Amino acid sequence: MKNKLLQKNSKLSELFRSREASLLLVMILLCALIQWRSNGAFLSNIVITQLTQNYAYTAVLAFGMLLVLLIGGIDISIGAILALSGMTGSLLMRDGFLPNATSVYAVSIAVGLLCGLVIGLIVAKGKVIPIIATLGMQYIFRGLTYAISDTKWVSSDQMLASYKNFAQGSFLGINNLFWIVIIVFIAMIVFLRWTSFGRQIYAAGSNPEAVKISGINLDRVKIIVYSINGAIAGLAGAMYTSMYATAQGNMASGAEMDVIAACVIGGVSLNGGQGTPLGVLLGAITIAIISKSLSLVGIDAFWQQALKGGIILLAVLVNVLVQRRNNRKALEGREI
Amino acid sequence: MATKSGRTIAHVKERSLKDLLLRWESLLVLIFIAVNIMNASFSPYYLDAYNLFTSINGFLVKGMIALPMAYILLLGDIDLSVGGNVCLSATVLGIVYNATNNIWLGIAACLATGILCGALNGLILTKFTELAPMIVTLATNILFRGLSERILGDGSTGGMQSIDWFSKLYYGRVGPVPYMFIVFCVMAVVFGLVMHKTVFGRQMYAIGENKRAAAYAGIKVEKIRMFVFTLTGFICGFAAVFYCACLGSVKSNVAEGFDLEAISMCVLGGISTAGGKGTFLGAIIAIFIIGLLRYGLGLINLSGQTIRIVIGALLIAVVLFPTIRDLIKNRKAKK
Repeated sequence: MKNKLLQKNSKLSELFRSREASLLLVMILLCALIQWRSNGAFLSNIVITQLTQNYAYTAVLAFGMLLVLLIGGIDISIGAILALSGMTGSLLMRDGFLPNATSVYAVSIAVGLLCGLVIGLIVAKGKVIPIIATLGMQYIFRGLTYAISDTKWVSSDQMLASYKNFAQGSFLGINNLFWIVIIVFIAMIVFLRWTSFGRQIYAAGSNPEAVKISGINLDRVKIIVYSINGAIAGLAGAMYTSMYATAQGNMASGAEMDVIAACVIGGVSLNGGQGTPLGVLLGAITIAIISKSLSLVGIDAFWQQALKGGIILLAVLVNVLVQRRNNRKALEGREI
Repeated sequence: MATKSGRTIAHVKERSLKDLLLRWESLLVLIFIAVNIMNASFSPYYLDAYNLFTSINGFLVKGMIALPMAYILLLGDIDLSVGGNVCLSATVLGIVYNATNNIWLGIAACLATGILCGALNGLILTKFTELAPMIVTLATNILFRGLSERILGDGSTGGMQSIDWFSKLYYGRVGPVPYMFIVFCVMAVVFGLVMHKTVFGRQMYAIGENKRAAAYAGIKVEKIRMFVFTLTGFICGFAAVFYCACLGSVKSNVAEGFDLEAISMCVLGGISTAGGKGTFLGAIIAIFIIGLLRYGLGLINLSGQTIRIVIGALLIAVVLFPTIRDLIKNRKAKK
């Protein structure tokens, strides 16, 4: 009886102790603070619509990054993949090769997939450390983006109306782009939790040696994960170009840093094996709120960068402190 | 005796000519020579000493930052905040100079800012060892650049160049050799000797190889990390002084991308980001390869973007080199 009670108790406290719960709490506090300081301008329809629309691509990218971080890798080329795939789709659309919005999305995803595959091969077969491989590929992809576009923009009037409208449209009151986030989110949960390959990803990150011995093909896992991440970056490329209705060579440069920050705030470990889609979603929303709300609260525009850096730093530090306390508590529990 | 997995148990160091040629540095020397031949064939004026040193001066600020970056990578850490640090230090130099009209005060403030920024990184990373250096320095990079943005707004600061000797830090020369090149060479020699000939250098290798083992062996791991991060900050401040001498005015977007550039130089030089590997000589050669390649490709009017593709491809090709070499070796062994 007592045992059961204890168990239930620990389940409940586990829920409260989870990173997601503490992050949610921080987010709610943050929202309340901003709502108060902005005189109620924050939680309005317009702002929320803008928020979900403008930062949808960051959230989608973060899910791809989650997979890569889970296997203990990293990809700092996703901003460049986004640009290359978005640019390819837009150029083909400008030149009339693509009849509708769906095909533009398909082309972008395909290009992204290819980029990811190349990275996967270099990392898995070439045995190159991920950060170096993606650093090099980042130069190449970004350079290619400029090369294929001849350093010109694809402007709004060269794009299909249906393509641009898709990003502005909504379904059931939710912006189409955010629907993509929701779909990718659910797909990630199912994929990571209930498929054997998803479990292999977690395993590959927590203990690569054991994984090798248990007969899982580590190279295959890596190649597939980087390919999926590339495809997701390609998807984000299409989202980006259709939202801003323009494709430029320098688009989304530095996006990878925001994305990695979102993942880390969401509790993903850079050492691999730790992190959940829910945490990443919350992390991405937190980053979006920080980026969007500073101007609403009346903070000088020139403060924003510094504050953003400070807040990311703070979030990471708090995360560590909470984790340390939890570990200590867990140890105390064991001693009894 | 080869085991089943194809590995040899006893590792005997051979010192044959073939092994020497297969060393990373030899490959780099070959690339270096190739780049120079290529550049010389592009332009007959390339090998003119004056021109050559002008082009070299162009990338030495980044090169200076690559020196302590080699230490950071050797430790298995990474510092993405050097760009932001240089930017903030340069900003402080300009602001203090304009406020006090005293360039020495400006330089002192600039160096102090660099050290403080580096020490902040070091402090956070050594007090919270479970944090990844990548994410911390990523955040501090945004923070430093953001502070500079706060100070400068969308304006700029400058006027230091009106002091003759200060602008000579970058533009002055002894014969054809710029002062800055001499400073860089001295720094490179000191950094190289410390890395390869001192106990401190061996300790850095040990930490990069295996942090925990190093700690058990009595090496003060966190103290050394703290020192190296602070040193990196100092060098950033130091480089910022030369950068100010080069630039007419400082804006909040200067030194953007210096971090990745410095890391690329080290990685091309064979210093693995996993830590514990590489030689300083490799890094020095790589600094010149990337810098001169960029200059040479600019000579034939390739756009900056195409140059980027070439440098990326070179980086990938070089880091793939050991794997391909092993592949060929294994294939031969099987035959």
